[in-house]
Amino acid sequence: MSIVVFFMVRAIPGDPAQILLGQNATEARVQALTAKMGLDKPVPIQYLLFLKDAVRGDLGDSIVTGRPVTMELLIRLPATFELTAFAMLVAVLVGVPVGVISAVRQYSLLDKVTSVLALTGISMPIFWLAMILVVIFGVNLELLPFPGRLGANTAITSITGIVLVDSLLTLNFAGFWDGLLHLIMPAIALGTIPMAVVMRMTRSSMLEVMNEDYVRTARAKGVVPWRVVFKHALRNAMLPTVTVIGLQVGLLMGGAIITETIFSWPGIGLYAYQSVSGRDYASIQGVVLYGALLFVLVNLLVDILYAVLDPRVRL
Amino acid sequence: MAEAQIQQDEAVSLGVETRSRRQDFLRAFFSNRLAIFGTAIMGVFILMAVFAPYVAPYSPLQQHLPQKFAGPSFAHPFGQDELGRDILSRVIYGARISLTAGLAAVALATTVGTIVGLAAGYLGRWPDSMLMRLMDVLLAFPSILLAIVIVSILGPSLANAMLAVGIVFIPQIARVVRSAVISVRERDYIEAERALGAGDAQIVLSGILPNSMAPLIVQATLTLATAILDVAALSFLGLGARAPTPEWGAMLTDAFRSGFGVFLQGQHAIIFPGVAIALAVLSVNFIGDGLRDALDPRRRG
Repeated sequence: MSIVVFFMVRAIPGDPAQILLGQNATEARVQALTAKMGLDKPVPIQYLLFLKDAVRGDLGDSIVTGRPVTMELLIRLPATFELTAFAMLVAVLVGVPVGVISAVRQYSLLDKVTSVLALTGISMPIFWLAMILVVIFGVNLELLPFPGRLGANTAITSITGIVLVDSLLTLNFAGFWDGLLHLIMPAIALGTIPMAVVMRMTRSSMLEVMNEDYVRTARAKGVVPWRVVFKHALRNAMLPTVTVIGLQVGLLMGGAIITETIFSWPGIGLYAYQSVSGRDYASIQGVVLYGALLFVLVNLLVDILYAVLDPRVRL
Repeated sequence: MAEAQIQQDEAVSLGVETRSRRQDFLRAFFSNRLAIFGTAIMGVFILMAVFAPYVAPYSPLQQHLPQKFAGPSFAHPFGQDELGRDILSRVIYGARISLTAGLAAVALATTVGTIVGLAAGYLGRWPDSMLMRLMDVLLAFPSILLAIVIVSILGPSLANAMLAVGIVFIPQIARVVRSAVISVRERDYIEAERALGAGDAQIVLSGILPNSMAPLIVQATLTLATAILDVAALSFLGLGARAPTPEWGAMLTDAFRSGFGVFLQGQHAIIFPGVAIALAVLSVNFIGDGLRDALDPRRRG
């Protein structure tokens, strides 16, 4: 049953996306897109027709710039990718270890403090967190530069469009440092919620796993504690965490809109904001399509990871 | 405490009902310190919202341009904003708008979601798969993105932002209700009701719904937290409350947008509304976590 639901969730998102291409989209483009997403048949046609009526216009060209929306999205993809990847990296590198420690030392002071901090992290509006960061570290302390991806005096050669990669490839270490400094505040703003969610999920699934028989057995036969935690418990506890990480990556698009707007980060999120305020319907549709596509792809990736982590799961 | 517990258990095993479920629940809920804290904070916010005209020292809309971004003082404890309005008064009136917006969105999501979940779970078969597929389509979009699309179709306003956020959360409620219904549907007491000749409507309303309430209440509470955040986020994007409405998200945005002057002179203007949002959401989350632990003994711990 759950497998059916899983597949339905994965099968359906492409369909509204397909219709979001608009009435004026050519058959070939619709088909290309459908094929790209691995979907051949739309299921809830009624709903799609409703969307079709509701969202007029087509993906074709941006009303504001006159350029194809697809191109606008591709230009901005590297910036958004760099930001979200970095934010997620921070979230996982902090969230998983802290979650593990909280679970192993349940009810310790550290556990209580991090639990409340995590809940606070989820409760803060991203845009407020971003504003506070800008005010404290950007303006008052002048520690971190903003807005944008690079300072006015820094130039890097664009190869992939990802500042950190490009600057390293061209051995431009000053550019790398500048890019890294620009990345810190937006990444913290964007990464706080996933960090908190990952931390909570890791903690609760670790707690669950630590009570399992095989962990007790491992302990009983004298396996050293850290080995029990990392080898026996963590690997099994990672499954729900991986799901949550996947979900969060999909949801980051929403956070990216807000974060990029505040930091004038030239990515898809800022583009989304500009499209919405400029009532550029074609671009809005493009962004939504991108968001849904990302969501589906990430979920697919999560399924594959499942099989890697847990040999019992077959794709 | 432990002894009392043992006595209690003995009493129960002897068939003596010593505590009602309500007492049980209240005891569990109020033994959670964070839940008490959340309830207290939320109580303050609700009082502020209800008695805003009596509590607020000034009108939330009265401008004093010469005192633009004046810092906190005795007359204006939270300082003044980009138009010289009293921030404390605006935060107090903002409780009305932000909390009402969140509640309205959750009310919509809960009503529609419950109906969908009940129908899907009780009827099963094709109505179930049809309804849940529709829900899956909604679920397939990141929530803010979907809300943005809905608002940009309907046109930006606070009412539409509430509507959009409400629609976005329908699937989550529907799923929770549906799975609760399915777990209740085959129980003996439902069978008994049917045997006694109760109709579908009566079974759903008196047998199934009350027994599916626990997960629904928890989900609705946690949804309220997200709904308050999302309404504020929509205001930030210019899709929700518009100036001069003292909505918390809009207040932050207006102060921030009114120029980089904020950064040097008016920093207090972006602190207090944000603290209000964070506190409100945090207290709702505390309440939600407390409810979940109190209503679902398996997750206590």
